[in-house]
Amino acid sequence: MLEIKDLHVNYGAVHALNGVSMTVKDGEIVSLIGANGAGKTTTLRTITGLEKAASGSITFDGHDLRKTEPSKIITLKLAHVPEGRHIFPQMTVEENLEMGAFADPTDMAKTMADVYERFPRLKERKRQLAGTLSGGEQQMLAVGRALMGKPKMILMDEPSMGLSPLLVKEIFEIIKEVNKQGITILLVEQNAKMALAISDRAYVLETGTITIEGDAQQLLNDPRVKKAYLGQ
Amino acid sequence: MTKRRLASYGLNLVGAALLYALITLAFTFNVFGKSTTYIQGICTTACYTIIMVTSLNLVVGFMGEFSMGHAGFVSVGAYVSAIVSGAMAGRGLSDLGLLLVAILAGGLAAGIMGVAVGIPALRLRGDYLAIVTMAFAEIIRVCFCNFSITGGGKTMSGILKLSTFDRAFWIMVVCVTIMFLFVRSRFGRTVQAIREDYIAASASGINVTYYKVLTFAISAFFAGIGGGVYAHYMTAMIPTNFNFNYSAELLSEVIIGGTGSLTGSIIGAAFLSSLPELMRDFSTYRMLAYSVVLVLVMLFRPGGIFGRWEFSLTRLLGSLTHPKAKATKGA
Repeated sequence: MLEIKDLHVNYGAVHALNGVSMTVKDGEIVSLIGANGAGKTTTLRTITGLEKAASGSITFDGHDLRKTEPSKIITLKLAHVPEGRHIFPQMTVEENLEMGAFADPTDMAKTMADVYERFPRLKERKRQLAGTLSGGEQQMLAVGRALMGKPKMILMDEPSMGLSPLLVKEIFEIIKEVNKQGITILLVEQNAKMALAISDRAYVLETGTITIEGDAQQLLNDPRVKKAYLGQ
Repeated sequence: MTKRRLASYGLNLVGAALLYALITLAFTFNVFGKSTTYIQGICTTACYTIIMVTSLNLVVGFMGEFSMGHAGFVSVGAYVSAIVSGAMAGRGLSDLGLLLVAILAGGLAAGIMGVAVGIPALRLRGDYLAIVTMAFAEIIRVCFCNFSITGGGKTMSGILKLSTFDRAFWIMVVCVTIMFLFVRSRFGRTVQAIREDYIAASASGINVTYYKVLTFAISAFFAGIGGGVYAHYMTAMIPTNFNFNYSAELLSEVIIGGTGSLTGSIIGAAFLSSLPELMRDFSTYRMLAYSVVLVLVMLFRPGGIFGRWEFSLTRLLGSLTHPKAKATKGA
């Protein structure tokens, strides 16, 4: 579904990505793990066109994403939940969700009912300003807003960031459920243990190159991964 | 829902008509005695200032970007409309028709200028954008100082006196209504989303640059209209009228009224544009009073007097006729 081949991205003289190749197949949860500065967020930002690649190719469903405007990506049914819960703080929860359907407002009421069913907490607070929600609720709202675009695939950047362990668990449960509905997920995470636990496959990114890839269960037991990311 | 909305618009129209009738009655019965013409002038000033300030609020309040060069767009509108009305005069158009054609031309010219400035400038944000817009207004002013058609650095005079209070009032009502509809539309919601968080906005499929440039252009368009009314009221103008002080004055009216509240802009503009006239006796100190008002507002109401709150005649009447309904609804 998503295929990245030999992707190079530079920030000036700094090589952020040095030939990253990866694929995400239909219906999978794939996680991309790695330390700070490895290039995880850069990879996502390049997929959505926020960064320009120096060379390489990114295709999604047969579309060349390197030639697609950031604002057009969502019309290909590829949603992006950016790092750090970017919600619209001075708008109500419902208005935030409506913005998620901006690119494709057909059947908005039905999609919204689905989202409310999944996140009853958001329904309780639909008239509340989004900025007054708790961290976990804001993350739910960010996911809910992505679902409003009826995506085939969601890119998630550090959904666990800044959340309590209990809420992290809840968010990962939600990701699993969303995936069960048939939505493909590419997850970028620092919390390698949780990410690997729910993923089908995973890639390990180190200073701009993929060093390890494979089955998520396998990676959980890989001594290199254990040593570097799981603290064992 | 739509029926209710229509009723609400009708109600507000009636409100505007009543206000107009009240002011006109005061004029016809000479309530102000000798100074009627003078007061009429202040009211006309208030009307075109309201157009300029609400249009600036679209950028500052709703789009959340700082523009310090609004006087530049106002001056484009003022000069272009003056030139157009001068060229079209005596071709069988009525005074009102001539005024409308002239201010529309002024508005369009300012709007096009808004696109031209917006495309490069809106890649910047915050302070940097403020500096660029400020520079733009200065460039425009210097251009008008050197074009012979605008009188060079001298006064451009002999502009037809087409803006009467009645016309200025209804042009203001129409402009504010259009801007209100704009803010409440899907488009307006999109612009507010960009203000809230432009990363999230672009992740939702909003073409941020496009909407920013378009809002900037619409704001410039109405600034141009305001400028056109201004030119045909003053009948003479000089490029220095549109210097940085004028931009700063408009901006402070937006901020005092409330960024993100059209009602605030209307009240702020009406109050502050008549303040210098009301305090003419203390003219030496009026700039002092102006800054004291600004400091006080910043201290006690940092979001402006109205914040983001909008006055609604419908809501007011609703709470008067059904006082309980409001209490149960809770807003």
